[in-house]
Amino acid sequence: MKRLLELLTGTYGPSGSEEDIREVIEKEVREYADEVYTDALGSLIAVKKGKGRKVMLAAHMDQIGLIVTGIDDNGFLRFSNVGGISPFNVIHRKVRFQNGVTGVVSYETELEDIRNLKLGKMYIDIGAKSKDEAKALVNIGDVAVYDAPMAVCGDRVTGCAMDDRAGCAVLVETLKRVRNTDHELYFVFTVQEEVGLRGARTSAYGIMPDIGISVDVTLTGDTPKSRPMAINLGEGPAIKVKDASVIAHPKVKELMIQRAREAGIPYQLEVLEAGGTDSGAIHLTGAGVPSGVISIPCRYVHSAQEMVDLKDLTQAVELLVTILEKEIEI
Amino acid sequence: MVEVLKRLAEARGVTGNENEVRDIILELARPLADECYVDRIGNVIAKKKGSKGGRKVMIAAHMDEIGFIISRISDNGMLRFLPVGGIDQRILVSKRVLVGKDRVPGVIGVKAIHLQEPDERRKVINQKQMYIDIGARSREEAEKVVKIGDYASFDSDFVCFGDNKVKSKALDDRAGCSILLELLKDTYECDLYACFTVQEEIGLRGAEVAAYHIEPDLGLVVEGTTCADLPDVPDHLHTTRMGKGPAISFMDNSSIANKDLFKRMVKTAEDNSIPYQIKENVAGGNDAGRIQTSRSGVPTVVVSVPCRYIHSPSSVMDLDDFKNTHLLIQKFLKGVEG
Repeated sequence: MKRLLELLTGTYGPSGSEEDIREVIEKEVREYADEVYTDALGSLIAVKKGKGRKVMLAAHMDQIGLIVTGIDDNGFLRFSNVGGISPFNVIHRKVRFQNGVTGVVSYETELEDIRNLKLGKMYIDIGAKSKDEAKALVNIGDVAVYDAPMAVCGDRVTGCAMDDRAGCAVLVETLKRVRNTDHELYFVFTVQEEVGLRGARTSAYGIMPDIGISVDVTLTGDTPKSRPMAINLGEGPAIKVKDASVIAHPKVKELMIQRAREAGIPYQLEVLEAGGTDSGAIHLTGAGVPSGVISIPCRYVHSAQEMVDLKDLTQAVELLVTILEKEIEI
Repeated sequence: MVEVLKRLAEARGVTGNENEVRDIILELARPLADECYVDRIGNVIAKKKGSKGGRKVMIAAHMDEIGFIISRISDNGMLRFLPVGGIDQRILVSKRVLVGKDRVPGVIGVKAIHLQEPDERRKVINQKQMYIDIGARSREEAEKVVKIGDYASFDSDFVCFGDNKVKSKALDDRAGCSILLELLKDTYECDLYACFTVQEEIGLRGAEVAAYHIEPDLGLVVEGTTCADLPDVPDHLHTTRMGKGPAISFMDNSSIANKDLFKRMVKTAEDNSIPYQIKENVAGGNDAGRIQTSRSGVPTVVVSVPCRYIHSPSSVMDLDDFKNTHLLIQKFLKGVEG
């Protein structure tokens, strides 16, 4: 799991530019699936054929990023956000483009009050000395991501894009481990979640599943003076009750709880006040898809150093495997 | 093309009330298309069969424009109103409008500056404090010509001025509609579905329905977009620049351009020596947002004509940008295999 997570979080793939991460995941899943294909928006779908329920499992492979909107005469890049980028999270961060060009993010220092900082007053410095020099390296519309390789801190790891490569890693491991199942399983690595659940919407339409389960990170309430939230890092995968995009279908939620109890897998119940995930799009597809979410607790979400506990990931895999190998009555 | 643009821009079509624009488009599109019809939400769909056929290309421009809807008539005959679509309320005072089917002339008023409290003068006047004055002396008199729910649109002439520029209301997106009509004069290998959509300004509603119905293989959107190449605006916030050609979008708030289509659009411009620019901002949204996520997904790309002072009665556009946008899309469509 550690190796896989390091590989996935180290691979480039902001919303709309998921080619590299798609290729890496495709290599991981190819020999374990009966069929692998990419849909019109770019989501990767690995199918394990079966005669039972049609289950769509989704984790998004895109990550947040900084998109270049202009290059000035001195070679500095102006940028906007792809997904939820806070100005404060990117100050003096190292970022990397698809072609390997790296830079550092900074801001106009004549700013009177740092609280007024907006992305429009920030820039990426790629070391270019002129517009022409910068243009030889980067184009308008190119996207940079945090350049923050995974680091290990005990049972825990930190680095960029745990949101949602942690979910992708869980799906890949689940596909590798699930054996005795009659259900038809669609492991979907979705695109453009961070800009509005777009990939999940179209892949769910293409699949028309009986049940949808997405795997994504969630926030925690276990750091000093954090906003109260009954989720702690390392205390097991979270079974979502609701967030801003979806209310988990009661029967899917109950099934998850029941299977966790039977197998003795620790779990937490999650109520996320803001934010959403792919299930928000999946459950409204066609005439409706009963949907639930398994969340990976994660600190410092959308920063360059998102922290997860590897135990939570392996237990999420165990929980998914037992759900998929048993009867699913909804 | 400019004559058609003038006719369309002067027609009134506030979101939800696109009839006048739709009638002109139907009249002009029917002789050009193989099939032309109005769908159940009010979009005009003009189909042009391809020489090879098979691949379905949806090209969309919205018919609706921002405006107002009458919400209340006060005892003294003044009309209270609500905005339809995104309008900067600072531009409203003293503007001329036309109310209802019968084009009742009115002007947007607010109490004079000497009657405002010192505190009020420093603030932007809220649209709720404004009213439309149609010269009626009483509610009864006003009700003879206007009723609640009537639409009002900006009253603004289409004027050619300066160096090849035009000034008008509703260039967003009658410019796109005119370009679609011009494109229908040609034939292509692919099947072309020119969609003149309704209700874009309040949530891309017409495009959602049209895309679901057509099930296209590829989506193209022709828009009017912001252009802030003005004094005091730093270079990196211009978004687009007037006279520099059609603006191709890599991303906005509603969609991310399909990378292949984006590259093909840029290459088409370069191969044919058509001036173009990349839209240098990630703001706003348009019909592509709904087309892209329709059914199991549609690759899309957006090309826009830069418009200064967009969403006002006096937006300004460069006619070369307008014509080059048509030319670029025409060449692009010629390159789409059937």
